Amino acid sequence: MKHSTRRGLAAGAFAVTAAFLLAACSTGSGEGSSSSDSAGDEGLIPVKLQLQWLPQGQFAGYFAAADQGYFEDEGLEVEIIPSGGDIVPQDALANGDVDFAIAWVPKVLGSIEQGANLTDIAQIFQRSGTLQVSMADSGIESVADFEGKKIGSWGFGNEWEIFAAMADEGLDATTVQIITQDFNMNAFLQGDIDAAQAMTYNEYAQLLETVNPDTGELYTPEDFNVISYEETAGAMLQDAIWADTDRLESDSDYAETAVKFLKAVIRGWVYAAENPEKASEITIAAGSGWGPSHELWMVNETNKLIWPSPDGIGVINQDAWDKTVAGALAAVNESGAHLITEEPPASAWSNEYIDEALKELKDEGLDVTGENFQPIDVTLNEGGN
Amino acid sequence: MTDTGGRVASREAPRVSRPAETEPGVSVRSQGLAARPAKGRRGRRTAAAWGWGLAGILLVALVWETYKLLAPADGVLIGDTRVLPRTTDLAMPHIWDMFSRLAEPVTRSPSAQPLWMVVGLAALTTLGIAAAGWLVGVVVGIGLALVMQRWRIAEWGLLPWIVLSQTVPLIAFAPIVKSWGSRVEIGSFEWQDWMSVALIASYLAFFPIAIGALRGLESPDRIHEELMQSYAAGYWKTLVKLRFPAAVPYLLPALRLGAANAVIGAVVAEVSTGLQGGIGRILIQFAGQASGDPAKAWAPIFGAILLGLVAAGSVALLGVILKNYRRSEESA
Repeated sequence: MKHSTRRGLAAGAFAVTAAFLLAACSTGSGEGSSSSDSAGDEGLIPVKLQLQWLPQGQFAGYFAAADQGYFEDEGLEVEIIPSGGDIVPQDALANGDVDFAIAWVPKVLGSIEQGANLTDIAQIFQRSGTLQVSMADSGIESVADFEGKKIGSWGFGNEWEIFAAMADEGLDATTVQIITQDFNMNAFLQGDIDAAQAMTYNEYAQLLETVNPDTGELYTPEDFNVISYEETAGAMLQDAIWADTDRLESDSDYAETAVKFLKAVIRGWVYAAENPEKASEITIAAGSGWGPSHELWMVNETNKLIWPSPDGIGVINQDAWDKTVAGALAAVNESGAHLITEEPPASAWSNEYIDEALKELKDEGLDVTGENFQPIDVTLNEGGN
Repeated sequence: MTDTGGRVASREAPRVSRPAETEPGVSVRSQGLAARPAKGRRGRRTAAAWGWGLAGILLVALVWETYKLLAPADGVLIGDTRVLPRTTDLAMPHIWDMFSRLAEPVTRSPSAQPLWMVVGLAALTTLGIAAAGWLVGVVVGIGLALVMQRWRIAEWGLLPWIVLSQTVPLIAFAPIVKSWGSRVEIGSFEWQDWMSVALIASYLAFFPIAIGALRGLESPDRIHEELMQSYAAGYWKTLVKLRFPAAVPYLLPALRLGAANAVIGAVVAEVSTGLQGGIGRILIQFAGQASGDPAKAWAPIFGAILLGLVAAGSVALLGVILKNYRRSEESA
């Protein structure tokens, strides 16, 4: 009797667990990216955009465009797909999993040489946001000082600016010790790395929101030497919107969608420039896990990489493109590999779509150069909170 | 005649596993006789088990804090190689900091939930995905074992591939699974991203289950099989009356291994494919915040531990249901 009661209890408990799990499963599926279910309901064109990392202020313009309904105004239903560790945006695009992808130019140049057929249709970031940060007393003040030092890098295609800048100084990768960084700056703060790679909008802020154990206060910019790759020969173009070259040529609907998509995206970035606080809140609501002050810093620094854009946001500057290609050709990594060995094809970039989008937006009276752009001052709190 | 044969078999078959059944029978009676003392003893033993478990956790905490207090801040180095970690707050936050951090909100954003709740919800999501993967793994694993047990030639043909399948690195095929999944659309059914993660979890889970189930199904002695044959019991009858009961002691540890694999597979696949909402995702998200907020990065690790315990515990519940068939447990 007792025996069967216990077994009954166990069976009941098991059933309850199973029910819980199934429930958890169904909620889990609903939490994915924003909107994809009602595709086609109101004649909206479904579009998938692949980001290159988790949702964060770096992509504030896309989230703002979705939140403010700019995509819908253009007749698009855009699903923004965050990336994880192993999802490479240009691969997802080349495989046809998504319609557009955000990726750094040098990484995609590598993929193009491997056979991918992709086109940069809008150069959102006009400047490089990569820094190499060292302690103020380290004596590392320029790329030439790297020799013999432990240099941090994330790898995975994020390292080419370092090698391009070093090549320009006549240094090759064997003269330094390259140490792979992980997601935070602990290795640098603990002295395992002499000069760490950092983005202006993320890792540099992580340093400034960490308590300096010597003073008990947060670290300040005076504690660090900062080398900005934008000021070196290694500067490369970063976040760009990529499209499938073959589809652009053969599918006129896709080409039209690309222009509409760019229009909405630009509106999103204009919104982020004018309302950094709101853009930061939108990004947090879209699933970014950063604290409010870090997120706002990120949006603000991202804005600085975009605005002002004298040619108009997203226009690919021939000189900057050529500089990126020259750097990519010159760079050799620590295992002796080249990123690319020959010039990319002419189809690798095109201003055709962004020019059309900008023309339509200018006709509507939108300022697409950000002449009067003013960054805000952001105070970072401990831990980014 | 055949009819009688069948009935005899069905009536007689359980006797094969009689030795197993007599034991519980006896113990029920003895429990009945000495119910009170037995209950008291079990209560005391349960309390002792919990006590030892708690002591184990406290010991880990004590070792952590003692090491942090006594060891040099830069850790212990032999030559240039660090053999024991640094003891700074960045590398090893205090235990109490980690736990008090759990009670605080994730961020200072007004909409932020407490950290323990975020981690708990994420763990539940991952648990659901892992459970779905585990179930698929159980079906596939036992199915493969049945096929391999039935036809020797299938075992020769399949087993090497099953072993080989586990040597493919997870990060190599996670993006491929996601890419294929994004193209699956059958009628109103649309492949969801969490299904890719569950599929990867099942890929890891099915292996120990297939191997364990095969060993279990093949475990009855020749003499028992021949006895079934002498009763004119067919394949299915032998399977239900002899092979499955005999497989339970092999299957339970295999299921537990499968559950652990499913959890690991789900967490890694979440990181790999960038799925939102699960523990893998907040694991890398909070790792990125570990410089400014070192204690926060430990919360998802605790969540993952809890997740593993719950998964293993759920399989233990299965063991209670199947306790009649658990004479001893074989390692898979």
